[in-house]
Amino acid sequence: MEIVAGRTRSRGSSAKSIARIRSIPVTILVCAIVVVGFVLMALLADQIAPYDPLKQSLHYRLQPPYWLSDGIEEGQPLYFFGSDQLGRDVLSRIVHGSRISLLVAFAAVTFGGVFGSLLGLLAGYFGKAFDEVIMTVADIQLAFPFILLAIAVIAVLGPSLANLIILIGISGWVTYARIARAEVLGVKEKEFVESIRCLGGNSWRIMFRHILPNILSPLIVVGTLDLARTIILESTLSFLGLGIQPPTPSWGGMLGEGRGYLDSAWWIATFPGLFLMTVTLSVSRIGDWLRDVLDPTMKGA
Amino acid sequence: MQQFLLRRLLRAIIVIWGISTIVFVVMRLSGDPVTLLLPPDATQADYARISHELGLDQPMWVQYGIFISNMTHLDFGQSIHLRQPAFQVAMERLPATIELATAAFLLAVIVAIPVGVLAAMKPYSFWDNVAMFFALIGQSAPTFFLGIMLILGLSLHLGLFPTGGRGDLSYLVLPAITLGANAMASIARLTRSAMLEVIRKDYIRTARSKGLGERLILFRHAFKNAAIPVVTIMGIQLGGLLGGAVVTETVFSWPGIGRLAINSIYNRDYAVVQATVFMTAILFVFINFAVDLVYGFLDPRIRYS
Repeated sequence: MEIVAGRTRSRGSSAKSIARIRSIPVTILVCAIVVVGFVLMALLADQIAPYDPLKQSLHYRLQPPYWLSDGIEEGQPLYFFGSDQLGRDVLSRIVHGSRISLLVAFAAVTFGGVFGSLLGLLAGYFGKAFDEVIMTVADIQLAFPFILLAIAVIAVLGPSLANLIILIGISGWVTYARIARAEVLGVKEKEFVESIRCLGGNSWRIMFRHILPNILSPLIVVGTLDLARTIILESTLSFLGLGIQPPTPSWGGMLGEGRGYLDSAWWIATFPGLFLMTVTLSVSRIGDWLRDVLDPTMKGA
Repeated sequence: MQQFLLRRLLRAIIVIWGISTIVFVVMRLSGDPVTLLLPPDATQADYARISHELGLDQPMWVQYGIFISNMTHLDFGQSIHLRQPAFQVAMERLPATIELATAAFLLAVIVAIPVGVLAAMKPYSFWDNVAMFFALIGQSAPTFFLGIMLILGLSLHLGLFPTGGRGDLSYLVLPAITLGANAMASIARLTRSAMLEVIRKDYIRTARSKGLGERLILFRHAFKNAAIPVVTIMGIQLGGLLGGAVVTETVFSWPGIGRLAINSIYNRDYAVVQATVFMTAILFVFINFAVDLVYGFLDPRIRYS
């Protein structure tokens, strides 16, 4: 009986949440369209990109966007956002670069989210020494600017996609762990948990079947906000030359390359930067909104 | 109070020990440092000699002990690139970073707090919306993109500021804006929401009904009470500036410790990377420590327990 009560309680609150989601503000709708566009761009990059993002053309280096140039030579490709220092189409590189952003963001958020939530769950449920150790490690990590650690690790291990995902994932685990732990502390004393324990449910079953579903929504909110942070961190590392390595197109890497050509070819750095900013702004707006809707208690957190 | 300080100090030491240990583990993961130092035609005897000199023929726990003891003596080894002690190399770059971070922080606070307070005065008005729109942009624009756009617009197009390097005050303006933008945006947003919270309170109504001027109420009565969360976020942001400095210094060729770290990676100068990471960690821990102390003065309700 009590178990059923516990379940209905959570279902009841999620029904209310859905009702609140139905009244979506216009700005959030616009942000959602941007994000969907971003995902589609990454998935359909081969179909969307007008040119090969890696194809160089020495003859057409540093060409401005065609709608800004006075006249176009016969046979010149139409570079919508211009061409870069190696004569590659900036638009095509942006389209393909979105793949890296999306891939790293999802992989790193999943990795950091699962890892952090699991540790937070264990710390909250078992408490005592376990809790103490995990939370001290979390404090140590927060007491240090992560980018420097990333620099030290990448300096030694070398930049690679896997290293990048693991590093960025680890950079975010603390938030999930803290939220999961705090939520578990609240839920584990509830009657429905107590009664499952009385019925003989073991700890693992209680944690994953009964507590986890009840604490999922704040974790999803944190994950959404973390996506924006992850995309920025990846592009920052790529910009510094510590992330995605050339010739693979990535937004941060393009900004890094374009930096040297600001006075002759501003478009190389500007357009990828605008895409980067639009996407991260949209994702974090959606995250903020989700937080307010799903979990009003976290407002301003 | 004394106990609080002691516990904080202990925690700071644990953090610095943790960072050193991570650095040690990472450096040992890098493979054999001896082969990096030796020319390709070195003999087996050379190899053994260098290993012995660096203490690499010792068991791992002895190496760890030596490493920790060297750290406490601020001995990080020689910079391969500059042929100077790595600590000294990093130390020379420290003032530039502190100058940049201080300027960015002051700029952020000086702009953000009045903006936040004034925005809260007339919420949802035109100027409030404009200010909060810029705050949103400032919060989500990646540091390096903002820096590049400032160089493009204000340096290359309008010729107002130099594009990079360190010199007189004009060199400091763009890097300080770039580094401070994120903190500025967060502080402004938080000041606004903290003020909105406070303004609804009874004692503000009392102050109004006493006939006090709006400005006096705002800055004397309301802001003083809204300041505590604002100081909290200021502390967090101050620490964050150190991380942001790595990016800003790279964009503006600012000769600070962050740029040194990046350049040392390119030069495979691991001793210097180690020294910069360690030094930043200490600086960061020190800032957090100082921020904790400031709280106590601002809010006597915070008990040091």
